[in-house]
Amino acid sequence: MTAPVATEPQAPGDAFVPRILVLSTNNISDPGIDLAGSSHMHYSPGVKVIGVPCTSGIRPSWILHALESGFDGVFVASDGDECAYLPDCAKRSSRIVGEAQARMRERGIDANRLRLAAICSVCAEPFTRHLGQFSTALAALGPAAAELTP
Amino acid sequence: MTAHEAANARRIGVYVCHCGGNISDYVDVDKVIADIEDAGDVVVAKTAMFACSDATQQDMVADITAQQLDGLVVASCSPKLHTYTFRGVAARAGLNPYEYTQVNIREQCSWVHTDDQQGATDKATALVRAGISRTRLTTPLEPMVVETLPRTLVIGGGIAGLRAAIGLADIGLGVTLVERELELGGWVRRFGPMYPHGKDGRALIETLVAEVRRRPAITVLTGAEVVGKAGSFGNYRVTVRVGGEGAGTIEVAAGSIVAATGFDAYQPETGEFGYGIEGVVTLPEFKALVDEATAPLTHRGRPVRSVAYVYCVGSRNTGGCANAYCSRFCCAATVQTAVQVSGLDPSIRQFHLYRDMRTYGKFEPLYTEARKAGSVFVKFDNDAPPAVARRDGGGLTVTVRDLLTHNEELALPADLVVLVTGMVPRDNEALVGVLKLPAGSDGFFNEIHPKLRPVETVVDGVLIAGACQGPKTSAESVASGLAAVTQSAAILKKGFTELDPLVATADQGACTACGDCLTACPYDAISMTETGDRHFAVISPTGCKGCGGCVPMCPENAIDLLGYTDAQVTAMIESLVEVPA
Ligand SMILES: Cc1cc2nc3c(=O)[nH]c(=O)nc-3n(C[C@H](O)[C@H](O)[C@H](O)COP(=O)(O)OP(=O)(O)OC[C@H]3O[C@@H](n4cnc5c(N)ncnc54)[C@H](O)[C@@H]3O)c2cc1C
Ligand code: SF4
Repeated sequence: MTAPVATEPQAPGDAFVPRILVLSTNNISDPGIDLAGSSHMHYSPGVKVIGVPCTSGIRPSWILHALESGFDGVFVASDGDECAYLPDCAKRSSRIVGEAQARMRERGIDANRLRLAAICSVCAEPFTRHLGQFSTALAALGPAAAELTP
Repeated sequence: MTAHEAANARRIGVYVCHCGGNISDYVDVDKVIADIEDAGDVVVAKTAMFACSDATQQDMVADITAQQLDGLVVASCSPKLHTYTFRGVAARAGLNPYEYTQVNIREQCSWVHTDDQQGATDKATALVRAGISRTRLTTPLEPMVVETLPRTLVIGGGIAGLRAAIGLADIGLGVTLVERELELGGWVRRFGPMYPHGKDGRALIETLVAEVRRRPAITVLTGAEVVGKAGSFGNYRVTVRVGGEGAGTIEVAAGSIVAATGFDAYQPETGEFGYGIEGVVTLPEFKALVDEATAPLTHRGRPVRSVAYVYCVGSRNTGGCANAYCSRFCCAATVQTAVQVSGLDPSIRQFHLYRDMRTYGKFEPLYTEARKAGSVFVKFDNDAPPAVARRDGGGLTVTVRDLLTHNEELALPADLVVLVTGMVPRDNEALVGVLKLPAGSDGFFNEIHPKLRPVETVVDGVLIAGACQGPKTSAESVASGLAAVTQSAAILKKGFTELDPLVATADQGACTACGDCLTACPYDAISMTETGDRHFAVISPTGCKGCGGCVPMCPENAIDLLGYTDAQVTAMIESLVEVPA
């Protein structure tokens, strides 16, 4: 049933696989991301998701912390206009992203390493497409660590 | 380790699930365990074939008790499926349920990385580590208790909604039944004899409507539509438009909502199996014709001496296009209608062109009855579908290759061709927008779990029942309507419900009373208070909906959302970037 799994860590010569932190929402975008799995779609294993109730609750410092700790990009999968909590969620989420990007610039990090998009509860296909494009864009940018001003 | 660290050390149990092979075919679960068992604070680390099975749950309870665990991490499927299962495990073992963390290594790991075992395994390890990091920082929490209204709003007055309304009233709950049409009954109201017992659909609905009218606990609103929803689980306030476009609205307060909005019949394209040619009709059209008919059977004034049925029209499509599902009801409904036709006039010739006969379970005798009554069944290959054409001199010809007689080509004369059309999701965009109903890729509404939580949706207190969930016979629709009754009773009959205590809290000491958070909360959960000469913000745990919207608004970082604290999220981020050795 289980085929043998290679245990060697990635050799330094291997292609750069960007690490992406996705911040999703428990009720809407996370089910959309789950659906990508149930539909057996594929995206890079460099993509890791943390679910929160609502993207309006994200601290910009979390985004900075991720990029400073080794993530190459952060993707905020918001509820857009569908948020069940806050009617102005889209506005709040983009304010948070704007603030994080300003702080990223101060730290010398390319603001394009942070993306925001509304992902609905059945947006499996758009999610995989977004992440595919983001992975490609980040691969071109190279590791975030290289940009950090000491 | 210093004495202080030892005193703070946690005792965490970690369980990594195979999910049969759904996870372990792509993630080396033993390696995940090997990689995390030495992480600090991990006392128990095990794999399980099915973490949700009774046996494993009992194992967990035993481990928690014997090892005095104070934290639990389960790495299996999506938290949507088993959060409550494992919170229950914790509670049964005397561990606070909020000391448990669910890690999703199936939907968000094994299933999306089936092409990369090492990638999937490394990622699963990182996800489990993040779960452990989060659990290190959990604290025991008590659920909040809110009162619930003993009333359910049922949307859709088809057979599922009607039966649910009666069940809800009988269990002692108030019911408001909202039906968009002017008449109750949905599809079944249109039918004469129905399978399996040949009972009249119209009569069934009349009986149900009479039962509804007999119950003062049920308020029926017809020609009405749900246009808005506010409030939360246990206390929804739903705006219903009554009396058509432009007329007034009323507000209904309800503890739970059951959507039983049914299905639509598949509408063939012009030219699909000859649809559009005189004499080519859909199953609902034919059923209506036969239900009203007296011998001799006629269609638009012309006698019907022969009928050809083409099965699976608009269902079981292959090649990745829409409607891959089987519509379930149509084989039996067609056979039932054919028996009706034979009863009307046994000399009418009937040809059934099918792909597979699915008169499953107790419907099988109907199939035998139809054959005995003279119906002829011809099996065709999906790659060689029948062709329908006009016949010179009137009527139609259906050409088909019969799989059971070595692909012999048959040209069957037919006065009527019946396209056995299946079910499609009803167009209900406005309602979906208001209720935030989740739909699957086929367009039908999605339950949380088809086996374990078959009528609940991810929206707390919003349930689904009947054919809006996917193709169902009327018996199955009623069964799910009654499941929604039980589930509504389970959440409303106690008069209160427990809400997650995962709410925002403000740190008194750090708060400077700037007031920035006051406008951040649309639910007015935050207010200023004072003790002595100190002013600070307090957040009402029952007013708070747990969104965290106030968290980034505080310039002093004085607000934390329980379950998602700054310390927890930061620690999870750090664990997620670590590369397994
Ligand atoms: C031709 C045909 C023959 C069949 N024969 C049989 C048979 O013999 N035996 C059998 O078991 N099954 C049969 N079925 C299947 C049966 O019709 C369904 O199982 C059943 O109708 C499902 O009931 P329901 O209440 O879920 O949906 P529906 O019957 O579709 O009722 C849904 C109701 O919700 C209302 N509604 C929809 N949207 C809204 C909204 N936004 N607001 C308010 N109201 C709304 C609709 O107006 C409708 O009244 C047959 C189906 C067809 C098409
Ligand atoms: S019930 Fe029969 S006719 Fe309907 S889709 Fe399934 S196999 Fe085809």
